[in-house]
Amino acid sequence: MEKELWKGNEAVAEAAIRAGCKYFFGYPITPQNEIPEYLSYHLPKIGGCFLQAESEVAAINMIYGAAGCGVRVMTSSSSPGISLKQEGITYMCGAELPAVIVNMMRGGPGLGTIQPAQGDYFQATRGGGNGDYRHLVYAPATIQEAADYVQMAFDVADLYRNPVMVVADGMIGQMMEAIEWREMPKRELPEKTWATTGTKGERKPNVINSLYIDPNLCAEHNERLAAKYKAMEENETRWEEVNTENCEVLFVAYGTPSRITKAAIKLLEKEGIKAGLFRPITLWPYPSKQLKAAASQESVKAVVDFELSMGQMIDDVKIALEGCRPVTFVGKAGGVVPTPAEVAAAAKAAIGR
Amino acid sequence: MAIVYQKSKGLTDAELHYCPGCTHGIVHKLVAEVLEELDLLGTTIGVAPVGCSVFAYNYFNCDMHEAAHGRAPAVATAIKRVSAPGTTVFTYQGDGDLAAIGTAEIVHAAMRGEKFTTIFINNAIYGMTGGQMAPTTMVGQKATTAPLGRDKDHYGSPIRMSEIISTLEGAAYVTRVSVHDLASLNKAKKAIKKAFQMQMEGKGFTFVEVLACCPTNWGKTPAASIEWLKENMIPYFPLGVYKDVDGEVK
Repeated sequence: MEKELWKGNEAVAEAAIRAGCKYFFGYPITPQNEIPEYLSYHLPKIGGCFLQAESEVAAINMIYGAAGCGVRVMTSSSSPGISLKQEGITYMCGAELPAVIVNMMRGGPGLGTIQPAQGDYFQATRGGGNGDYRHLVYAPATIQEAADYVQMAFDVADLYRNPVMVVADGMIGQMMEAIEWREMPKRELPEKTWATTGTKGERKPNVINSLYIDPNLCAEHNERLAAKYKAMEENETRWEEVNTENCEVLFVAYGTPSRITKAAIKLLEKEGIKAGLFRPITLWPYPSKQLKAAASQESVKAVVDFELSMGQMIDDVKIALEGCRPVTFVGKAGGVVPTPAEVAAAAKAAIGR
Repeated sequence: MAIVYQKSKGLTDAELHYCPGCTHGIVHKLVAEVLEELDLLGTTIGVAPVGCSVFAYNYFNCDMHEAAHGRAPAVATAIKRVSAPGTTVFTYQGDGDLAAIGTAEIVHAAMRGEKFTTIFINNAIYGMTGGQMAPTTMVGQKATTAPLGRDKDHYGSPIRMSEIISTLEGAAYVTRVSVHDLASLNKAKKAIKKAFQMQMEGKGFTFVEVLACCPTNWGKTPAASIEWLKENMIPYFPLGVYKDVDGEVK
């Protein structure tokens, strides 16, 4: 396949269409506007529907309605808008509805800024909505990955009957890169016999619902969901390791910081320091075992967590390491992106150089 | 023996959970009968609200969604737009759901002229949570969160949703009915039927507001509740047709 130059947000939108998504409901917010703009033009051409909702709250509930009818559907937003979607996300997890939700993260808290950030890690991985629920969170680091994982997300959502979130810092949404459109491996997917398509008088009514008023039934429902989440942990965890073998410093970073880290590793190499990168691709489920294995090598003196936040993923890093190595933090929140030299300096400080 | 009356095929066999004297059951019956008479049950998807009629998905004998509080019009919007042509969609919502937390969703669905039908139950109180003040609670009417009665200076006057919705171009049919006696009940059924027919003709958004009794939370007997509705609600919430793109208004 030939390489094509694509802007991140437009690649995300095109990837959804290529994955068979014909429906999108959203609300404008920077820095993700090219996603709804692209789809507002292209979805009607393929017999689909784009609708700009009155709010993110309405948009996510439209996703709920569409997903309940068994069609592939997506919404996208950025940080403050994703906060508003949390109600719908917990309802969709409760009602077991597959859909794809994209968050092009910007600086917070509150209205924050429109520049790239990763301050929504807790919200994405811990659940900003109520109740015991989980959903996959893919964190692409390149536009190629954004295109790939958005396509994959639809299959995974259908497989588990669960929403899937794709989070990227605004940098990924806004920049352009050469990508190739490649077919993602297809999963074997169950038929959506639960969808509301009208009974036609041929079956009992299907009901899309997250209400279990009998506490025993609600407890059972939670057990069943937990088993499903466990299966996701076992089968869907993804990560990448770069230069980790026998490294002295192990960086942990995802999204744009992982790319800056690769440059920092080269700077450190010039000074005779071998550094490696552990990059979670799924933020949930978190690749804890794999991270601990990489960090437990005898060569590793320090683990440096690098985020575009004031330190959120670092909690998962510490949980994964179970105290086996010291963990230090480097990062900035609010839309400022550290340089490779700053990141390299943090690594040197961590090992006393 | 001839069958002179039987339960609509539009209702399941589930036992209704509503209190004695509550009018939800009557309105459920009317909607179910209309869907059956129009032969729409097999191609209908309904949306239940949060509130007393939260379990409506157990009672209507068609595909159903249970929506988050107030969001039924957003859910219904998507259902109608992604479903096969000819699918009938309705929301069934109470006053807390539609006129408080879901005001934005209902107004914008009407503005867009979404081709579904909303059945709006206005009983001037929050029922399911135990009698708190609703946006439709009458001035002076007592509620658990307005123990001295709704104070106009503090909370303003009740919201008239049919009047608001009727100002929107996208609304094709807007009417306020009641089910306090047989004559009004028959009118209510005709209105519900017309709303569904106009939906299927693609005329636009259709909205039927039904004034309803809540004896439990009004602290009245079912009979006294009907009198209270006639004396207090109907004068403030006048019955009638507020919008009909096909014909006469009022």
